Amino acid sequence: MKTATPHDRPNWFAGTFTAAWLVIVGVPLYTMVSWSLQTRDGFLDNGPIALPRALTLENFFTVVNDGFGRYLVNTVIVTVACVVLTLVAAIPAAYAIVRSRSWLASTAFRIFLLGLAIPAQATIIPLYLIINRLQLYDSLTAIVLPTVAFGLPLAILVLAGSLRDVSDELYDAMTVDGAGPFRILWQLVVPVSRGSIAAVGTYAALGAWNQFLFPLILTQDPDLRTLTLGLTKFRQEFQINLPGMMMAVLLTALPVFVLYLVARRWLIAGLAGMGGR
Amino acid sequence: MVAGVDTRTGEEAASDESPRPGPREPARPAVSRPRSWYLLPAALLFGLFAAFPLVLVVFLSFTEWEGIGDPALIGLDNWVRLFGDQRVLDVTGTTLLLTVLCWVTQTPAALLLGVWAAGPQRNRAILSSIFFLPLLLSTAALALMWQRLLDPYFGLATELGPLRNLLGTGTGAIAAIVFVIGWQYIPFHMLLYQAAARNVPKVLYDAATLDGASRSQMFWQITLPQLRNTIITSSTIMVVGSLTHFEIVLLLTNGGPGTATYILPFEMYIRGFRALEFGYASAIATVLVVLATTVSLVIVKFSGFAKMRSTLEGM
Repeated sequence: MKTATPHDRPNWFAGTFTAAWLVIVGVPLYTMVSWSLQTRDGFLDNGPIALPRALTLENFFTVVNDGFGRYLVNTVIVTVACVVLTLVAAIPAAYAIVRSRSWLASTAFRIFLLGLAIPAQATIIPLYLIINRLQLYDSLTAIVLPTVAFGLPLAILVLAGSLRDVSDELYDAMTVDGAGPFRILWQLVVPVSRGSIAAVGTYAALGAWNQFLFPLILTQDPDLRTLTLGLTKFRQEFQINLPGMMMAVLLTALPVFVLYLVARRWLIAGLAGMGGR
Repeated sequence: MVAGVDTRTGEEAASDESPRPGPREPARPAVSRPRSWYLLPAALLFGLFAAFPLVLVVFLSFTEWEGIGDPALIGLDNWVRLFGDQRVLDVTGTTLLLTVLCWVTQTPAALLLGVWAAGPQRNRAILSSIFFLPLLLSTAALALMWQRLLDPYFGLATELGPLRNLLGTGTGAIAAIVFVIGWQYIPFHMLLYQAAARNVPKVLYDAATLDGASRSQMFWQITLPQLRNTIITSSTIMVVGSLTHFEIVLLLTNGGPGTATYILPFEMYIRGFRALEFGYASAIATVLVVLATTVSLVIVKFSGFAKMRSTLEGM
């Protein structure tokens, strides 16, 4: 564990900046919650920043009765599919990269590394073409496949990083016991990288949940809208209904906030993995 | 777990490098190593939906395609047009401006917050977890939230006095975009710096304290040099990311007012999915890829990042 900081005197400069940042982060978040719990008239009377005088769930029902459930189901399907597919593809790949002596593995790793720098935005036109040709346009699968593809490099990087720390003796011991690569994958690689798998899974879930670009260009059916895309519909409908809009935004983020409470460690580990190596 | 390794392991390991044992000796094969097909699912997915599009976009830049039918090769027409296109030039300028502004605002803030959050105090941990919240919101949610907050008639912006119509002026809209991007991503970079600052060997500070160094001396002469690799990583992510803040532009300003906040990916999207000039849009996309790759390579080249195996190197 860490002992006391080297600087035990108060740090006024950083302290002041941090306090300012707390206001910058806190006020908009407070406002989002406070607006969404007021009626439109109440909000207009009350002004943007004051504490709400009366709380209401009216906006909640407005949003939920306006297709939110459908969008939620779509998003959950996309998210689950993305997490599963990411793990199924990334775990064996990371294992092969760390343990295989084939030139293919090291080349693949280099290519995946370069993949970290591909801006997804720049590929939307060819993706649109490919997805069309594969007859996948306007389906949830169309959203899942590219989302996973662009998440893989980081997932593999994080998993390979944690596998490198596994000592050769463990692999050797498994081999001595007569285990083939698949059993090693299942009984050694997966258990020892549980932490990284959780981090990669959580991070993949966050990315899929918040994905906007691929649903935007690869679907058009209103029934296939994910939550992020649904928000743009709410924007059109709630032109002047600011509390309604804020409730919609809040509701799309709520599951993620809950995930954050439960799996904060993994989420942060997944994010930190991006810069960690 | 496999912790119960007996002492045999050492000797066995020594013989692992020997040629393959007979096929009927499953107990003592050469070290089991995964075959290359373990890479296959990842390679297929990544190849087909990330790497191949990257190649295809270059090909499409030599074609004319309206989104239906087949792309038709038209040679260099798109590229000739691109290099004479004043608007693309302007948009590139805006993109670079945005990139620089993002770096200049986010790096000091993230460094300061990250180093501060690396301290062991409990209140710092709690505050960091609050700071982290914006990162959880989708860009779509965040952009729409800020659009409402910046509403000049009803939003928080009504408290801003002369700045209330921020999204109504070109400079204001760019400032708003830089601010919102920072609001979302500073916590991410803060996280990188926090992790790195915790890894700075404490002995360095102890020695400096004995020498009577002041806090700012310690920051400039210990913390900052020790964070060098992280600064490079963070800057690369930041700069490449800044080239591609398409969603925030689309949803917060829709490129406006006028074309003040058009950036390259947004221009590409408009050219492609609104004007149905997919070939020309692909040329713009190619420029974007080249720009992003060049920037990453330059940063990597001048930093030796490629040689780095782990953040612990050099400790």
